[in-house]
Amino acid sequence: MRAPSAELPIEFDGVTVAAGSVTILDNISLALLPGAPTVLIGPNGSGKSTLLRVAMGLLAPTRGRITWGGLEHVPPLKRAIVFQRPAMLRRSAAANIRFALRAAGIPRAEHARRVYELLELVGLAHLADRAARRLSGGEQQRLALARALARDPAVLFLDEPTASLDPVATKAVEDIIRTVSERNIKVVMATHDLGEARRLAGDVVMLHRGRIVEAADAASFFDRPQTAEAKTFLAGELLV
Amino acid sequence: MSHDATALQLVLSGDPALFSIVRLSLYVSLSAVVLAALIGIPLGAWIALTKFPGRQGVIVMLNALMGLPPVVVGLAVYLSLSRSGPLGAFGLLFTPGAMIIAQTVLVAPIIAALTRQTIEDLWIEYRDELTAMNLGPVGRVTALIWDARFSLVTALLAGFGRAAAEVGAIIIVGGNIEGFTRTMTTAIALETSKGDLPLAVGLGLVLIAIVVAVNALAWTARRAGERLAG
Repeated sequence: MRAPSAELPIEFDGVTVAAGSVTILDNISLALLPGAPTVLIGPNGSGKSTLLRVAMGLLAPTRGRITWGGLEHVPPLKRAIVFQRPAMLRRSAAANIRFALRAAGIPRAEHARRVYELLELVGLAHLADRAARRLSGGEQQRLALARALARDPAVLFLDEPTASLDPVATKAVEDIIRTVSERNIKVVMATHDLGEARRLAGDVVMLHRGRIVEAADAASFFDRPQTAEAKTFLAGELLV
Repeated sequence: MSHDATALQLVLSGDPALFSIVRLSLYVSLSAVVLAALIGIPLGAWIALTKFPGRQGVIVMLNALMGLPPVVVGLAVYLSLSRSGPLGAFGLLFTPGAMIIAQTVLVAPIIAALTRQTIEDLWIEYRDELTAMNLGPVGRVTALIWDARFSLVTALLAGFGRAAAEVGAIIIVGGNIEGFTRTMTTAIALETSKGDLPLAVGLGLVLIAIVVAVNALAWTARRAGERLAG
């Protein structure tokens, strides 16, 4: 088991992100703690992806501050992210992972073993030499997970990792997420799929129009939602 | 016998004069493409990935330079290499070296402009991933050039096409000296003006065959590479 990471907690203190006159995240205060996956839910445009990018360190807040393990300006050496539509490098599946290992500064002597382990983990060992861009959508998503894990992250951010995947591919990706979480890697995941949130979440943060409307452990959130927005969203009604 | 039949006979008989001209043409054009690639690929990649004041103007200028008139380039290189010019001391005028320089000046903007466009498009696709991997500028450029390698072959082919077909610049700086700086295109121009059409047609056939063969080879390599790398 991995030791608690120096990256955690990730704390948002009054974080606002604006693009021109549009406010994408509005005064977010939140602590991401070690433990089971934190799932961000909310309708499209609620700010989930932006929150992940800020937490990853890819986007600076317009106002407010964010800290990783109590420190500001921590380079993302132990954080990794899988985007909703990950770009596959024009190389084989194995070479995509080797690239990530090189970028993370992993010694070359370890590459072959790590590539094999990671491909095994995501069930793609038999496709190691296949061009990554020729893999199916589900396989590409699993390869993106393996590539992110090549960095040996303490925190893994996932942006709608199963969007547009069929149920079989979705199950394969969710199984990997559970395995990753069991290895004590903190998973922070955005989804608008309530079923997926129920299956994976340890705690839930619900966003709407760039604000946190509710944050609670998963059981409380799904059984006893406190806000009108959460009740509407959980009832499957349109939240606009 | 028709001009075409005589020309074909010249090619098939392995005429030494003809093949000496073909060898020199390939040497000059391929050398120019290699030098232009060494300049144009890093330059294009740098412009693609760097924000600086006047960047849009530089891109417009680079694209415009793809249509540089060869005779103007020939004149500029001639003035630079002539005895009273800034590079006159090197004694390169009327040598294959001068012809390589002239063609490099013509081809480098083509490779740089096409590289800039290719790398910029790929960067839009890769930006999030490479940034998330905390990759430095050198790592980004290397990764982008490597992953764009099959598209960059097209840029090199465009450069080779320009160099192989070019006559205006090299006739000015090379002088079309028999056995020394006479290439296929300058020989075709000369022999046509002299009325020796069989040699001109023979050289024309060889020139077309070489351009087709180089393109076919590059296309085959690109297809094979894409199958392996995606």
